[in-house]
Amino acid sequence: MDSVAQRLSAVGAGAALELRGVTRLFGALAALTDVTITVRPGERRAVLGSNGAGKTTLFNCITGDFPPSSGTIRFFGEDVTHFPPYERIRRGLRRTYQISALFPGLTVQDNVYLACRGVSRGRFSFLRPGRNDALMYAADNLVQAVHLTAVKDRRVAELAHGQQRQLEIALALAGAPRFVLFDEPAAGLSPTERAELVEILTSLPAHIGYIIIEHDMDVALRVVESVTMMHNGRIFKEGLPEEIQSDPEVQELYLGGGHE
Amino acid sequence: MSVTHDAGIQVRKAASLAERPAARGSPDINNPAAWIVAIILLIMPLIANGFFLIEIFATTLILGTIALSLMFLAGYGGMVSLMQLTIAGFCAYMVAVFGASGNANISLGWPWWLAVPMALTLATIFGTLGGALAVRTEGIYTIMITLAIGAAFYYFTNQNWAIFNGHTGINNVATPHFWGVNWRWDIPFYYVVLAVAAICYFAVDYVSRAPFGLALQGVRDNPRRMAALGFNVNAHRVAAYAVASFIAGLAGVLQVWNYRQISPGTVSVGACIDILIIAIVGGITRPVGPYIGALVFVLLRTFALDFLVKIGLDGNRFRLLIGLGFLAIVFWSSDGVIGLWQRWRRSQRPQADGAGGGRGHG
Repeated sequence: MDSVAQRLSAVGAGAALELRGVTRLFGALAALTDVTITVRPGERRAVLGSNGAGKTTLFNCITGDFPPSSGTIRFFGEDVTHFPPYERIRRGLRRTYQISALFPGLTVQDNVYLACRGVSRGRFSFLRPGRNDALMYAADNLVQAVHLTAVKDRRVAELAHGQQRQLEIALALAGAPRFVLFDEPAAGLSPTERAELVEILTSLPAHIGYIIIEHDMDVALRVVESVTMMHNGRIFKEGLPEEIQSDPEVQELYLGGGHE
Repeated sequence: MSVTHDAGIQVRKAASLAERPAARGSPDINNPAAWIVAIILLIMPLIANGFFLIEIFATTLILGTIALSLMFLAGYGGMVSLMQLTIAGFCAYMVAVFGASGNANISLGWPWWLAVPMALTLATIFGTLGGALAVRTEGIYTIMITLAIGAAFYYFTNQNWAIFNGHTGINNVATPHFWGVNWRWDIPFYYVVLAVAAICYFAVDYVSRAPFGLALQGVRDNPRRMAALGFNVNAHRVAAYAVASFIAGLAGVLQVWNYRQISPGTVSVGACIDILIIAIVGGITRPVGPYIGALVFVLLRTFALDFLVKIGLDGNRFRLLIGLGFLAIVFWSSDGVIGLWQRWRRSQRPQADGAGGGRGHG
């Protein structure tokens, strides 16, 4: 396959994420068909496609929320196809959700603290964190990084939508992420909040790669170096942002209603 | 009423929007009213006679502790388990079987300090295994599985004579005597019960802010996200069942010492559901709820009959009164007595500004 992924990455062992022939069926419906993607460490890629193109299903297969019906998934060379989600997360994979998946009954601080605790030891600890708890400190820093320090003791149920989206990102950056899947992080954000989001994404350390699903081209194309276009559960096109943007077929799919 | 005061304190602390437990820190230490409740509980033997001490307060604390184990699972973990009384009953049976009792052919006659740890261990294993089954399901199916375990255990104890002595159960169970004290005398026993209940209450309160308890609340709010944060959700749920089983087991030990006998009637399906009623009536959002619910339950159960006779009705209808009472509480508050108190506090606040017309309810 003539793909940017192959041009950009040393194929095989060096890949951060390597999907081969991944198919996901829901009954008779194929949400994903034979998807093969290679992403190198530190690479930042957008996945575009109309509703129902299989973008979120792709994420669910990568994280194990819904395991693939067939195909293999490798994460930094390790075959994680049959791993439960938490094992993949502990290896440095992270994700955010299209519809915020937070803990509404807990405070912002507790949400982030849980995220930090989830990828470290002592998940079952019966001892309350002390004053000098390293993870509390890490959680404080994360809360600050997404500009939520002012509301850190508020219950998440009381937060505004934009704040919840920011918290969503904070949860995905806890611990030492190696690769993050962002599922429409800009959904429902104001222009100002979008600018903040772009800033957060571009200021991530260079070794953290990500895939972002985003309909807003202004956001998506500013924070990625490669683009994968999906259509009807298949990879439709891969290329550099400029190539995809100027591609007539892509324009027709995105702007012209997506007829075959 | 002392225990209700206790509720008020904790509720005021988190009155903002607490439909779900997210207690911060230790709510009791800075609260004068909590200290008053603690002191009243400590000097209770000076105030109350033997009947009130044991039949009302010790019984309340024992039932409250069983309901606390349900509150831990349901309030923090989102898992409604109807087998908590079954686990307590199982532990009670094990104390009777391993310890000494009137049924010498069954009881092994171990001293209490061997029989009790053994019974607690077995009860915890029993509850953990039941939990391991139940965590494969969600919501109403969890209720059904745990109810099935409770029902199965009830019928099993009825029919098994070798260990459980069938429908007659095990009688004259020995209670601990040491340091020259018969610990089943009313006053020492009251303090034993109070100590165990207090330890369980503070332990649950403490753990709710520890990583394990926080993670459990995370599992309640969003299990899928918990997995996406690196938590093994099912392992966490099973561990919560283990903790809850141990708490229920402790209450079971006290229960068998209280009645000095254990029979299938104690572990009936109706009694399992009573625990759910107690927890719901008190409120499952914080650990004090089950104790309030237990007090309401015990008071109604004890005095409803007399009350009905006094107002000229058939005393046999006392269960109707209990049912109506619970219906009323649950109807007006989705969070039991705690919720009612909370709403009353809120209605009091505008009154302080001079409005005066709040719809007080308590």
